[in-house]
Amino acid sequence: MVLGINDPWVWGAYIGSILAMLLCVVYGIINWNKGGEDEEGEIREEMTWHKEEKDMEKKELGIWDEEG
Amino acid sequence: MANSLLDLTIIVLIYLALIIYVGYVAWRRTKTADDYMVAGRATHPFIMALSYGATFISTAAIVGFGGVAGVYGLGLLWLPFMNIIVGIFIAFVFFGKRTRKIGHNLKALTFPEFLSRRFNSKFIQYFSGAVIFLGMPLYASVVLIGMADFVHTTLSINYNIALVALAVIVSVYVVFGGIRGVMYTDALQGSIMFIGMLILFGFIYWITGGFVAGNQALTNLIHVVPAQATAVAAATGFTGWTSMPSFGSPFWWTLVSTLILGVGIGVLSQPQLAVRFMTVKSNRELNRAVLIGGIFIFVITVSAYVVGALSNVYFFNTLGKLAIQVVNGNADNIMPAFISAALPLWFAYVFMITLLSAAMSTLSAQFHLQGTALGHDIFETVFGRKVRSSVLIARLGIIVGVIIAVILGFILPPNIIAVGTAIWYSIAAAAFLSMYAFACFWKRSTKAGVITGLVVGTFASVLWLVFEFGESAGALGICKAITGKTVLVATAPWPTVDSIVIALPIAFILTVVVSLLTKPPSKEHLEKCFSGIK
Repeated sequence: MVLGINDPWVWGAYIGSILAMLLCVVYGIINWNKGGEDEEGEIREEMTWHKEEKDMEKKELGIWDEEG
Repeated sequence: MANSLLDLTIIVLIYLALIIYVGYVAWRRTKTADDYMVAGRATHPFIMALSYGATFISTAAIVGFGGVAGVYGLGLLWLPFMNIIVGIFIAFVFFGKRTRKIGHNLKALTFPEFLSRRFNSKFIQYFSGAVIFLGMPLYASVVLIGMADFVHTTLSINYNIALVALAVIVSVYVVFGGIRGVMYTDALQGSIMFIGMLILFGFIYWITGGFVAGNQALTNLIHVVPAQATAVAAATGFTGWTSMPSFGSPFWWTLVSTLILGVGIGVLSQPQLAVRFMTVKSNRELNRAVLIGGIFIFVITVSAYVVGALSNVYFFNTLGKLAIQVVNGNADNIMPAFISAALPLWFAYVFMITLLSAAMSTLSAQFHLQGTALGHDIFETVFGRKVRSSVLIARLGIIVGVIIAVILGFILPPNIIAVGTAIWYSIAAAAFLSMYAFACFWKRSTKAGVITGLVVGTFASVLWLVFEFGESAGALGICKAITGKTVLVATAPWPTVDSIVIALPIAFILTVVVSLLTKPPSKEHLEKCFSGIK
């Protein structure tokens, strides 16, 4: 009997849930500062896209103005 | 009573004012379509994780599944295990990182757009948009019904008024604040849920004599209660609150296929959750969100199920009855009944706000998703891109979604909450899961392959739900009207086998077979999609 529960399939689920949570905690701590390497490049890309979008919008609106 | 009602009303009003203020702040910061749909891709990991968790867990999970644990017992703890391993760890670490990067590479703003650009098919976008727009109102309306029901019982406000008022409040901050409004309010609501459920978790073990003693008392309960009290459940496979049902029994199939697999795996392809991966600016935020999300889901779900199950010990010690007997057979009432019987009044207030938070956070994401599905995925894809109207149509889509959900809230039959949730999870898993998994991990998968899986999976799932799965077929009544029988094959276990067990493998196999038979996608396209992924 573990944790006051007889069936290993049930205390297994309880322990499993606790271990699953601990896995997330440990993973999060180990990788807390990892994965941000390409952040700057992506932000620059997003900014270019944003500018392109604005230009396109201006162009489309310009055409719309001529028609309207 | 009059005093406590007044107190509760004041607390709810303060809470709503706070939510609206947070929604307003988000609205001030929302300017572009990117802002509106993916929050400018720069969300804080804490906000992202809490928003994901709060959206994931609705009132159905706390009250509905907590009540289910009162009936099925702690075997339901496999669901938190799945929720954390699949819904948080696998979802964030494996799916999340790829979704974020591919979504960025392809400039996708919604989940259907992500899939459609990955496979170069507009059909995928509007078909997925349509599945979402048609399927989601059912799920949204059951969440709305659950919330209105609860407000009606606790605040004695007319059900219809509660339904409309809550829908209006949620839609205001979704319409104006976009995903930022949704996620900011989610984070606030998630924090409230966390505190409320943590208190409840401590309380249940305190009241039952401690961690091991409480579980032990629940284990012993089966030997103490009169056999006739559990006779009905025992006939379908029930063996006690701390042991699994007999293998292969109807009880076992419901527990394993619908509750643990259906909800546990189905979560991966929930579009309102997957879109959140595209709202952060780098993998670092996802790494951090794993930690926060893991703790959050553990506390909320384990607490709900443990409380539901252990309420049997409390009720048996105090009233000599099982939880399900106390609530006259309606499992949805076990959690509220336990809270009002065992906890002080102030906690009933905390729990009320916890539930409102759980419902509103899920509902807001559902409305936002429906809006972007109609506006961005269906309308813009079919009628061509109109830059200025993008957000406007999404907002109109949200309003249409809200109206449908409210109408369904008036006409749907009782006891629909758990069924409605399960139906949506099944359809979303059958339609999207294999396509989504292959989009992220299998470069050889082709447009023809995933379209076959998407279409066949969707229809297989719908047919199974309408003609074979007992709970949904019974509630819908279409099979009965056509064939005269409630389900086509009544032999056990088929009516208790969830459609995910049938439709998902069909979709998966067909996607693989058709992909291998068709021309692989071009190298350039794959390079564009997977650029920056090691």
